[in-house]
Amino acid sequence: MPDSLPADSVGLARPETIHFGTPIELACGQSLESYDLVVETYGTLNADASNAVLICHALSGHHHAAGYHSLEDKKPGWWDSCIGPGKPIDTNRFFVVSLNNLGGCHGSSGPNSVNPNTGKLYGPDFPVVTVADWVKSQAQLADHLGIEQWAAVVGGSLGGMQALQWSLDYPDRIRHSVIIASTPRLTAQNIAFNEVARQAITSDPDFHEGRYYEADTLPRRGLMLARMVGHITYLSDASMGEKFGRELREEAYKFGYDAEFQVESYLRYQGERFSESFDANTYLLMTRALDYFDPAYQFGGDLAKALAPAQCEYLVLSFSTDWRFSPARSEEMVNAMISARKKVSYAEIDAPWGHDAFLIPTPRYTEAFTAYMDRVAREVEA
Amino acid sequence: MRADLEIIQQWVQPGHHVLDLGCGDGTLLHFLQQQRNATGFGLEINPDHITTCMGKGVAVIEQNLDTQGLENFDDGMFDIVLMTQALQAVRRPDKVIDEMLRVGREGIVTFPNFAHWRLRWGLTLSGRMPESDALPYKWYNTPNIRLCTFKDFEALCRQKGIRIKGRRVVDDQHQNSWLARIWPNLLGQIAIYRITRENT
Repeated sequence: MPDSLPADSVGLARPETIHFGTPIELACGQSLESYDLVVETYGTLNADASNAVLICHALSGHHHAAGYHSLEDKKPGWWDSCIGPGKPIDTNRFFVVSLNNLGGCHGSSGPNSVNPNTGKLYGPDFPVVTVADWVKSQAQLADHLGIEQWAAVVGGSLGGMQALQWSLDYPDRIRHSVIIASTPRLTAQNIAFNEVARQAITSDPDFHEGRYYEADTLPRRGLMLARMVGHITYLSDASMGEKFGRELREEAYKFGYDAEFQVESYLRYQGERFSESFDANTYLLMTRALDYFDPAYQFGGDLAKALAPAQCEYLVLSFSTDWRFSPARSEEMVNAMISARKKVSYAEIDAPWGHDAFLIPTPRYTEAFTAYMDRVAREVEA
Repeated sequence: MRADLEIIQQWVQPGHHVLDLGCGDGTLLHFLQQQRNATGFGLEINPDHITTCMGKGVAVIEQNLDTQGLENFDDGMFDIVLMTQALQAVRRPDKVIDEMLRVGREGIVTFPNFAHWRLRWGLTLSGRMPESDALPYKWYNTPNIRLCTFKDFEALCRQKGIRIKGRRVVDDQHQNSWLARIWPNLLGQIAIYRITRENT
């Protein structure tokens, strides 16, 4: 954290836990009698509640999207590059809502929260939730906040899937859907990577069938491996090459199997840090939500048909070196929107950082995102 | 108002679904949205233009006609497909015209006339590739790689069985001059063609 808060920061953010007492029916057939969502908001809701923007997080994200929790924080929220005064999602104009999704591990109801029926942590008994379930819970949140219609629902990666799902499930409650570095469905390769991650976790002896809290341990090695595999898919060959190349930590080969290359120690460090801060059951749940997402499924694979109810306008952005959710996946989505006669704008941003590019403010990305959101703001007179 | 916008506007009916190939900064589509309540998309590859379109509320798709064509658009899904000052910059104008009239019922095409007297005169006199206000580039850096004359274009349409529903010939300020009406291929700088494969 710098000595003073940067001028383009939302400043100190205060998370709030909101309790929902009405049951929510989930896609899996189960329901939650009650649940909590942890939320942060930035900016001010205007008189007619027309300037609200919902931020949907990706696999390992949470409610803390922008600003700082204390002056001791080393880093701001995960999407601070895009949310703040004068940034693409301008908090001088928009009221921004960011939450930790159901099943998350940062305070919202999830595997590491207490099951009110048993008084114990849910653990693996927390139901598998889907993108549509999240959207349903976010609609409850909108009701609670007095937001009839979002000016925009915005998300990258898994967050973009929620922005798409919103437009299908609540067409009259969303004006704009902003879908960044996302896909209308996972490919076999995407699911395969998720499966490797899940196997890494579930085969860790400390996993205890997901009841590791009771065993007073954590499946650290499994979660670390899962994160290492995942992390590789977030970067590009070029960006890894640029950052690490074949650089060694010491001058010569040691003819052993310790982390000798910089890239090895980087991945190990990232994995270890993650394994201390993220819940393994949540990781399983989030990857499953990714796998299951496929709004075209019940329409015989025809995404254009699935899009029929949508009324919003779409902005779709992809990144040239993203091979996890490549530009071709975004174009698939855009073409279905064109076919369904929806209003859509699309740009493929040239950026070297692979999937992670949606978190990094390259000039063209920032300009296009800003121009679009500026227009959204003008439209709702924010 | 730009004279070509005024002319094109007359050919677009209220609520028409329109595709604009090489839509630039979205001026034309924005105008048609405002004046004609038109819907539709612009295709563009210039990043700054794309950003400008997004800021204007013009639906713009980053798509390269040369490499991606119009394959992602369904047959007959547009009332009108526009292409202003871009025909001469694509690799295969003949194929683009075919595609325009596959995805749209009608096409509106504008391009500079390479047979304009000043270009003919310049080439004859100096022996150098002509430059003009409508074609302000050097031969080695021009994006205009498929220059043609009004006669060339009309011959291509005849050959393809495409009907020319209308033609307006204007100067580079998009003004309609009586001279250009008398002898368009010599005196007209820019033509606005309205083409279709339909018989009615």
